[in-house]
Amino acid sequence: MTTNLGLPTMGGLDGVPTTDEEYSAKDFTSDQEVRWCPGCGDYAVLAAVRGFLPELGIKRENTVFVSGIGCSARFPYYMNTYGMHSIHGRAPTIATGLATTRPDLSVWVVTGDGDGLSIGGNHLIHALRRNVNITVLLFNNRIYGLTKGQYSPTSDQGMVTKSTPAGSVDTPFNPVSLALGAEAGFVARTLDSDRAHLTETLRAAAAHRGSSLVEIYQNCPIFNDGAFDVLKDADEKQRRLIQLRHGQPVTFGPEHERFGVVRDEGGELRVAKLDETDERDLVIHDAHRADTGHAFALSRLGGQDLDPTVTGVFRDVDRPTYDDQARQQLDDAARQRPADLQQLLTGRDTWTI
Amino acid sequence: MVATNGQQPAERTGSGADEQQPDTQRKVNRVVIRFAGDSGDGMQLTGDRFTSEAAAFGNDLATLPNYPAEIRAPAGTLPGVSSFQLHFADYDILTPGDRPDVLVAMNPAALKANLGDLPHGATVVVNTDEFTKRNLKKVGYEQSPLESGELDRFTLHRVAMSELTKGAVAETGLTRKEAERCKNMFALGLLSWMYHRPTENTERFLREKFSGKPQVAEANLLAFRAGWNYGETTESFAVSYEVEPASLPEGTYRQVTGNLALSYGLVAAGRRSELPVFLGSYPITPASDVLHEMAKHKNFGVTTFQAEDEIAGVGAALGAAFGGSLGVTTTSGPGLALKSETIGLAVALELPMLICDIQRGGPSTGLPTKTEQADLLQALYGRNGESPVPVLAPRSPADCFDIAIDAARIALTYRTPVLLLSDGATANGSEPWMIPDVEQLPDLRVDFATEANAADGSEEFWPYLRDPETLARQWAIPGTAGLEHRVGGLEKLDGKGSISYDPDNHDAMVRLRQRRIDGIEVDDVEVDDPGGQARVLVLGWGSSYGPIGAACRRLRARGMSIAQTHLRHLNPMPGNLGEILRSYERLVVPEMNMGQLAMLLRSRYLVDAQSYTKVAGLPFQAEELETVLSDVVRGAEL
Repeated sequence: MTTNLGLPTMGGLDGVPTTDEEYSAKDFTSDQEVRWCPGCGDYAVLAAVRGFLPELGIKRENTVFVSGIGCSARFPYYMNTYGMHSIHGRAPTIATGLATTRPDLSVWVVTGDGDGLSIGGNHLIHALRRNVNITVLLFNNRIYGLTKGQYSPTSDQGMVTKSTPAGSVDTPFNPVSLALGAEAGFVARTLDSDRAHLTETLRAAAAHRGSSLVEIYQNCPIFNDGAFDVLKDADEKQRRLIQLRHGQPVTFGPEHERFGVVRDEGGELRVAKLDETDERDLVIHDAHRADTGHAFALSRLGGQDLDPTVTGVFRDVDRPTYDDQARQQLDDAARQRPADLQQLLTGRDTWTI
Repeated sequence: MVATNGQQPAERTGSGADEQQPDTQRKVNRVVIRFAGDSGDGMQLTGDRFTSEAAAFGNDLATLPNYPAEIRAPAGTLPGVSSFQLHFADYDILTPGDRPDVLVAMNPAALKANLGDLPHGATVVVNTDEFTKRNLKKVGYEQSPLESGELDRFTLHRVAMSELTKGAVAETGLTRKEAERCKNMFALGLLSWMYHRPTENTERFLREKFSGKPQVAEANLLAFRAGWNYGETTESFAVSYEVEPASLPEGTYRQVTGNLALSYGLVAAGRRSELPVFLGSYPITPASDVLHEMAKHKNFGVTTFQAEDEIAGVGAALGAAFGGSLGVTTTSGPGLALKSETIGLAVALELPMLICDIQRGGPSTGLPTKTEQADLLQALYGRNGESPVPVLAPRSPADCFDIAIDAARIALTYRTPVLLLSDGATANGSEPWMIPDVEQLPDLRVDFATEANAADGSEEFWPYLRDPETLARQWAIPGTAGLEHRVGGLEKLDGKGSISYDPDNHDAMVRLRQRRIDGIEVDDVEVDDPGGQARVLVLGWGSSYGPIGAACRRLRARGMSIAQTHLRHLNPMPGNLGEILRSYERLVVPEMNMGQLAMLLRSRYLVDAQSYTKVAGLPFQAEELETVLSDVVRGAEL
C-alpha cells in the first residue's frame, strides 16, 4: 500500500528560521586554529562555505555541521555553528536523526572519500536513497590523508601508496555515478580551486530539499599532490572541463577546438568535435529529469583520468523527503488520536482486584 | 508474577488438587500447561490467548514462549517444534513453571520433543490425526507412542483434532487445508473448558483479528466452540479444574510481555520528560517487537526509524539526542557489538541516550530465539578506552516498564548513555502488571541550556562545564542563539570543551567521566531474609529473579533459611551492596552465563562468590536451583 502524501514542493531551507542580521564570514569562524597542512584544498572549501553561508539569511544557531573522521572531518571545529565531529563514516546516520527530528535546522555533512565511500559507504547510499534533508559535502582527494597516505576507494588503479607498494589493484568508485545509482535527488561536482563554481554549487545544493551530494575535487598536497592539476592548468582545463548548465547544450573546449556531447546510435553519450556535429544532435542538459539515466550517462563521460571532467549539477529533482513524510505521519497521528498515556497503559483487557 | 511485599507463600511443588471436590470438578492452586506443535500450527497465538483468558480471570501467571529461529522449519520435524508454556495460579507465582502438568501435542514431533519434561501423572492431550506412519517416522518412532505403552504413566487424551475441526467448520465453505488451520482454536477451546476459562475475550479477539475475512473469523470461532463442547460432552474428559483468582495486591491489572512493557516505559518516559522520543533500530530477534510497538505510537511524538544497520540505528538516536530528543536504540547482543563505537562517542559527548539490549544466546548469531545473560561484560566493558556506562536489568516482564523510566531518569539527569539489559525470556514472557497511575510516575523534565556560562566571564558557552552535584554537563541544543558549540569524539578540555591533547587534562577527564557514573544515585538493595537467620545469600540479576525466588520459597517451606537479593543496577552498584555481601557466610550467584557477575563481585568486594551457571538457552528451573541452594545451605550448617 502506498500513500500519496501530497506534500508541496519546498526548498531545502524552508522551515529554518531566517534573520535580518548581516552576517559575514567572520561570524561563522570559530576561535579554533585551523590545522590542515599548508596548501590543503580544505582551506579553499572552508573559506567558500564561511563566505557563502551569510547569504542564506538563516540564523547561525540553526546551522549544524556533522562530520566523521578524516582530515575533512575537522571542518565543524572551524565553524562557529553547532557541530559534531563524530566517528568514522557515521556522520550521515547522526545527521539523519538530527534532520528528522529538527526541521528548523540546516544540516550539513562533511565527509571524504575514505569516510564517506569506504567505511561509511553504506550510510551514504542509504541517506541518499532515503532522501533526508541534508547536504553532503564529499571532499575527494583520492587518498587517505589523516592516516598518512594509504589508497582510498577513489584512488587510481596501480597507485603506489604505503599500503600498496606494488600498486593498487582496486577499482575506484565514481562518486557521482554511485550517488545517482542510490537515487540521490541532487548530485553535483565541483573543484576546490574554483571558488565561484564551488559557491554556486553549494548554493544550489542548499536550496534543494532532500539529500544533496556535492563531490568536491580537493588536492592533498602531502600524499597525493597534483591529482587534479590538469584541471588547474589553464590550457588543460579548457580542453577537459565540462560545466553542466541546465537547459544548455553540453559543450566545452577552447575557442579553436570546441567539443560537444552527442548521443550515438547505440544511445550512448560521446564527445564529438563541434564543427563536425549537427547542432540538433547535441545533448541538452536536463537536471530535472525524473529518471537517472541521463545524469548517469553524463557521469560516465569522464572517468578516473579526468578527460573530460564533468562538473556542475548532474541532477536536481524534487521528490518527497524522508523527514518531511515521517513528521507528517506524526502530525497526522496526533490529530487523529489524542495522546492519552493512561489510556494506552490501561489497554482494553484489564481486571481489578 | 507481581511485585508483592512481605511474606510470600511457598511455591507449591504439586498441582495441589483438593480431594474434597466432587469428581467432575476439582479445585487446584496452580497449573502449568504447555502447548506444542509445528511452528506453523499457531501455538504462540494459542498460548497467548489462553494467557489472556487466565489474566482476565484474575489468576497470577507467567509464560515462557519457546520457538525455533527458522520461520517455517520442515513440517513435522523436531527442529520445527514451537511451544508456549503458561503457569497460572490462585496465588502469586514467580516462574513459568519447571514441568508442565498438561501437554497439548499437536503432532508426534511435539510429543517427542516435550515428553522428557513431563512429571509422572501429567495429562497429555494429543491430536491423533497427525500420528500417521509418515509423521511418526520423521521423528524416529518405529511404533506409535500412543500404542507402545510408553505413555502409560500419563493421563492420555486422544483427540482427532484435525477431523473434528474440519467437521465443525465445514459449513463456512473453507478449503480443507484452510479449515484444518483452525485446529489450534479447537485445542484452545478444549483447554478453556478444562480450566473454566472465560471465553468472551477470545471470541472478540477472533472477530477483530479476522475482521477483513469474516469466513475465517467464523471458522475459528466454530473451531473454538467445538473444542469447548467436545470437552463438555465427551466422557473421556470427566474432570475439569478450577483455579481461583489470585489474591494479588489491590489494583487494576493487565497482562504484558517484557517488550510491550519496555515500549510503554519508553513512551511514558517521553511524556514525563516532555521530550520527543526517537527510536533508531534495526530488526533483530528478540528485540524487533519493541520497534513494532513503538511504531504504533506516533501520536505520542514517537518517531521510529528503521535504519540500514545497527550502527545507523544508534547513530540516528544520538543525532536526535544532540537535537534535544530522547534518543533510544534497541537491539540484541550482536547488534550491541556493532553499536559499541557509537556508544563510546555518546560517552565522550556526554549526551543522554538509551540502549536496550534484549540478550539472546551467543556468541555470534548464537541462539536468536533463546535466552541468556551473557552480555553483561559487553555492556559494562565492551568499548575502547575507559568508557563507563550505567547498566540496568529488569527482573521480570512487567519490571521492564519501571526500568525504562529509571534508565531515562539516569540518562537525562546525568547526561549519559544508559544500557538496559533485558533478555529473551523477559521480552517474550508475560505476567500481570498493575497499571500505574501516570500522574504518579516520576517527573523527568530537563532544562536545556539557554545562556552563556563561561567561567572566565566571556559571553561564551562552555559545553563541558559541570553541575557540581551530578557532574552532568549542560545540554545546549541547536537553535539556541549564542550557545553555538562543537562536540566530538576527540578528548575535550575540561570546561571549555575545545580539543585537548594535554596529558593532565585527559587524566582529569577520564576520572571525571568515571566519577559522574559512580556518583549516580541508585536505590539500595533490599534483602529478603524472613527469619533473619540465614547464613547463605543468593544474589542474581535480571530474569533469574523468578526461579531464584521460587527456589528460596521451596527451601523455606522445607524449614531452611536462605536470604535473597537481586541486582537491578549493575553499574553503578548499590551503595550498600558490599556491606550486605560481607554480612553472609556464603554467597551464591546463579547466572545464565559463565559467571560474569560473580567475577565482578569477587574483584570489587573481595567476597568468595560461588558461581552457579547455566547456558542452555532456557531460564533456570526452580527445581534445579532448589537443589543447588539447599546443598549450599546444608554445607553452611555443617
